[in-house]
Amino acid sequence: MLRHILGRKQPVMAGAPTSAPEPTQPVEAQAEKIDYAVASEWELMWYKFKRHRLALVCGVIVILLYVVAAFVEFIAPYNPEAQNPAAAYQAPTRVHFFDAEGNFHLQPFVYGTTSQRNLDTFELEFVEDTSVRHPIQLFVRGDGYRMWGLFDGNLHLFGVADPNVRFYLLGADRQGRDVFSRIVHGTRISMSIGLVGVILSFVIGIVVGGVSGYFGGTVDLVVQRIIEFIRSMPTIPLWLGLAAALPADWSILQVYFAITVILSLIGWTGLAQVVRGRALALREEDFIMAARLSGTSRTRIIMRHMVPSFMSHIIAALTLAVPEMIIAETALSFLGLGLRYPAISWGVLLQEAQNLRSIALAPWLLAPGVMVVVAVLALNFFGDGLRDAADPYKR
Amino acid sequence: MGRYIIQRLVLTIPTIFAISIVSFVIIQLPPGDFLTAYIATLESGGQVIDQAQIDALRSQYGLGEPLYVQYFKWISGILAGDFGYSFQWQRPVSELIGERMLMTVILSVASLLLVWAISLPIGIYSAVKQYSVGDYFFTFVSFIGLGVPNFLLALVLMWWAYTQLGMSVGGLFSQQYADAPWSSARVIDLLAHLWIPAIVLAIGGIAGLIRIMRANLLDELPRLYVTTARAKGMKEGRLVLKYPVRVALNPFVSTIGWTLPGLVSGSIIVSVVLNLPTTGPMLLTALQSQDMYLAGAILLLLSVLTVIGTLISDILLAWLDPRIRFN
Repeated sequence: MLRHILGRKQPVMAGAPTSAPEPTQPVEAQAEKIDYAVASEWELMWYKFKRHRLALVCGVIVILLYVVAAFVEFIAPYNPEAQNPAAAYQAPTRVHFFDAEGNFHLQPFVYGTTSQRNLDTFELEFVEDTSVRHPIQLFVRGDGYRMWGLFDGNLHLFGVADPNVRFYLLGADRQGRDVFSRIVHGTRISMSIGLVGVILSFVIGIVVGGVSGYFGGTVDLVVQRIIEFIRSMPTIPLWLGLAAALPADWSILQVYFAITVILSLIGWTGLAQVVRGRALALREEDFIMAARLSGTSRTRIIMRHMVPSFMSHIIAALTLAVPEMIIAETALSFLGLGLRYPAISWGVLLQEAQNLRSIALAPWLLAPGVMVVVAVLALNFFGDGLRDAADPYKR
Repeated sequence: MGRYIIQRLVLTIPTIFAISIVSFVIIQLPPGDFLTAYIATLESGGQVIDQAQIDALRSQYGLGEPLYVQYFKWISGILAGDFGYSFQWQRPVSELIGERMLMTVILSVASLLLVWAISLPIGIYSAVKQYSVGDYFFTFVSFIGLGVPNFLLALVLMWWAYTQLGMSVGGLFSQQYADAPWSSARVIDLLAHLWIPAIVLAIGGIAGLIRIMRANLLDELPRLYVTTARAKGMKEGRLVLKYPVRVALNPFVSTIGWTLPGLVSGSIIVSVVLNLPTTGPMLLTALQSQDMYLAGAILLLLSVLTVIGTLISDILLAWLDPRIRFN
């Protein structure tokens, strides 16, 4: 209880001068202490979060993933739809530092590959042409694109200068499309669908949970029964059923939003419970009582007084909810009931890996799955660190 | 205790009623009624349509009538054991899903048992030996387990078994037992195949429950009653198992409420990947071809299954913890 009262007071103190050491004490020993004593709630959280090394690293990975998601066209070396029958199931191109004669080159390079069909096995065989080195350069002109549907461009973060040489960092798929470029493009939908879905669940969760926790009594009971009911249902069959009802002729954008709505219809319950728990605790606080006594409206109490004081917990809960959404979207798309071609998400890409024969032939088709795991783990650890830091007055 | 069980049983009735409504709404969502879709499939297949049969179906399922009438016809049929007719398979739904439902139950229960059998001892170990190498190892593994979607695990496992061991891990039966009647040999064959999907399914739950068990037990271990027992010279192993573990077990049992829906959910998609004869692949194809009575029956039964599981866990919890049944 005291924690929250302190929590309310702290931001007021944040404006106080931070460097006013008592003259009787040594300055260095005091500096750190004073920082803590007058730091705002958010500064304290930052201190606490910084100590959680793994969370910090994962936070950086999460930010990187979203940066990639924002600039996919520029970061991907090729157009994700560019087909090349001669490169079907081509293994990842090796990036060399030593050439065929064993000389070291500081700038990594690739060799061009030629493919030939083996007339005995009817499989494509790839041979490196070691006569010409193709260094991998930064900022190369290549496949044209239209960024965010607004700007035309053909500049790519990296690539080889010779347009006739194609390199496949993570191999090629059945139609000879570059798996790496496709994964980069998939980042946009996969990472954002979690974010949009969580924001949507958050809005539902905060309204329902806030109302339930604030009013208590019968309202609370009814809302809790509804949440329990939704939680007791197996989610994937429900998602499948709802997703199967989407009209087949919808555009990518429509399906995208429909899927986020479907995911949030069930996903809001967890957030509502977090909000309710915090709201129940806050309801008893003196500052809420004070606001109520001075005649503040209920909506205002909820939005202006209660929400800001459990914001940090909410942000942590949100971060932890994003990976669930990502997994759900991947699972739905993988089963063919989520996003469909021509949309590119990690789940859609994994459809290529559904068949055991293609994975055995081209294990790199599982690479989108690795991205899912990386994103999910990074978000989980990041959210974990945030949750620990969310309550800086604990110990 | 008897009163509590009755109370709990009464509470499940509205839940199951609500579930049936949700399932019905979902099967009604796709545009058009399925009978038109069915007729279209028949016509494209060049089959002659018997108008009398169509009319009979139409009136049997109350198509064209208000939704509540259709719902009433659907649900009263189910209460009488008639789950409707599968247009895709040309057979009554009840004939189709019986064995597959059984397999889903077996798979889910097997994974649940596995989740408990593995996470309980590891959770206790992690708490008692907090910050030991073993604790760090299991913490790391369980975080990975939480992060990897189980269908991905199934895919990787299949790929690994196929390329490294040269065997295929799909299915729940060997070929000769797939359609055979039940016999002891078939049960043994089932057990020999069951453990792979059960482990794949259980990993996520195991990871979660290790965390919960560890946290619960860590809360209990510094309590005074533990110190008292230790001061009296009780053997450490017996002490831990007899008192703090028993207390820590309560939240553990109550998690069945979310573990079970999770396992049933997961079994759908893992079954599709591993090609298991459960309801999963059938639900998927039924939804894709809008075979709505089949899909509706599976949705309904899966949800009822989890509700029953939760009911059992609540009763178990009340039996373990008297505070709950007197509340």
